[in-house]
Amino acid sequence: MITGTPKPIEELLEMLEPYENIIVAGCFGCVTVCRVGGDKEVQVLSSTLRLAREAKGKNLQIREVCLERQCDPEYLELMRPYLEEYQAVLSIACGAGIQFLAEKFSKTPILPGINTGFLGVTERQGEWTERCQGCGDCVLHLTGGICPVTRCAKSIFHGPCGGSVEGKCEISKDVKCGWQLIIDRLKSLDQMENYGKIKPYKGWDSSRDGGPRRILREDMI
Amino acid sequence: MKSGSNLERVLSAGHFSVTAECGPPRGADPDVVREKAAYVKDNVDACNVTDNQTSVVRMSSLAGCMLVRETGVEPLIQMVVRDRNRIALQSDLLGASALGVRNLLCLSGDHQKFGDDPQAKNVFDIDSMQLIHMVKTMRDEGVFPSGEKLEGAPKFYIGCAVNPFADPYDIRVPRLKLKIDAGADFVQTQCIYNMETFIKYMEDAKKEGLHEKIKILAGVTPLKSAGMAKFMNRMVAGIDIPEAVIKRIADEPKEKQAEKGIEMCIEQIHELKEMEGIAGVHVMAIEWEEKLNEIIGGAGLLPRPVIE
Ligand code: SF4
Ligand code: SF4
Repeated sequence: MITGTPKPIEELLEMLEPYENIIVAGCFGCVTVCRVGGDKEVQVLSSTLRLAREAKGKNLQIREVCLERQCDPEYLELMRPYLEEYQAVLSIACGAGIQFLAEKFSKTPILPGINTGFLGVTERQGEWTERCQGCGDCVLHLTGGICPVTRCAKSIFHGPCGGSVEGKCEISKDVKCGWQLIIDRLKSLDQMENYGKIKPYKGWDSSRDGGPRRILREDMI
Repeated sequence: MKSGSNLERVLSAGHFSVTAECGPPRGADPDVVREKAAYVKDNVDACNVTDNQTSVVRMSSLAGCMLVRETGVEPLIQMVVRDRNRIALQSDLLGASALGVRNLLCLSGDHQKFGDDPQAKNVFDIDSMQLIHMVKTMRDEGVFPSGEKLEGAPKFYIGCAVNPFADPYDIRVPRLKLKIDAGADFVQTQCIYNMETFIKYMEDAKKEGLHEKIKILAGVTPLKSAGMAKFMNRMVAGIDIPEAVIKRIADEPKEKQAEKGIEMCIEQIHELKEMEGIAGVHVMAIEWEEKLNEIIGGAGLLPRPVIE
């Protein structure tokens, strides 16, 4: 899922300074699962903002909304009938949802309420870790199902580098060395022959480096 | 000859070779490099010039190489893949070769987190293994990795680094083999303090016949004090200094520890000289270049051979 973290309340208050009447919009997708942008968070955030503004002696009207998904046009359209009554929308969906809102409603300022993080997994309640950078050319079949692009701090393809010590990456004792994980897993799969090959240079053109990407599925259009 | 460098000639002639290193300054003052190079001169076959080591910004290694050469020392350019994508790497390789640099060390580079600019973007477009492969392709086939023909192929004696003390141990020899397959001509090791592990590493490498396919230069760094030994052991990822080594220097009174460190380093070089498969030493006297003559001379490696 796409993960994220709430923006500090001070930053939001500064962003909202010019407005008195806004929508706080959540999303029932990934951000609900990682508990940063679902309907509960909409409620809590809205109350916090109202109280903080009251304390400053300034009123803030908020309409609380949570859409099925902010990354699909049909759900965004549900906001159209009432959108013009509000001065701005504070969205706590991921960066994609926030932008899609902005694109669809050209006359309303759309503000980010969270910092979108990464494609990750839930390790346990309250802990998420990164797994994939969406490089567009997956190599997991060669690397024991562990991603060198994401799990290695240097995204190297022939690791581990000289900084790998006792399974930990040189950047921190709290970060596992991705290449140690890859090797452990290749060994347990009896696929170490995958290690001893020089891999061609990665084509980053299929990742973000190639410019904004598009997927076009002719079969679905 | 692949590059015709002095280092290549010395090693090809079967001599036990010596390299050292010069870290360029954190500023634009060329005299810092010249002064260090003056200490290196006549003591080595080639001198590494580091590339923003530990991610701390310094004068560029190519500029450093030029200053080192001006002093009469053969430069060995270090190149990390942390800061440059393949376009910049290829371009710098061509530039370095055009300016007469003939030795190259291909490295990953420490993560930028360790330097002054932890917020910098990390590039790692290709890794150090692929850099070796790329240089070899350019040198031997006269083409860019894209297949386009070069107007003049770069001439490098291609080096790599290995750390026999990093984990997991059982991948260390296979990884050296990969670097040989990629095209490395010589290798400089991480500084060795744990001779026991290193001897085992060499045994494993020799079983694969790797010492016959690549020139192995063993890395050593003289310890200045027990404090330095403890600090390095604790703080530097991939450095392994056994208790016994630390104790040997710590047992000396403070003012004699530096001297002891040099004595231990010389002793170690003697031991390495006797080991089968070791083609030379890489003496990293970090910010202690003035001691190179004493160490290398003390190890009986002077004068350096002159091979036409
Ligand atoms: S190789 Fe690419 S697509 Fe596959 S997990 Fe890694 S980043 Fe994601
Ligand atoms: S220690 Fe492991 S994860 Fe960290 S940069 Fe090196 S190979 Fe990658």
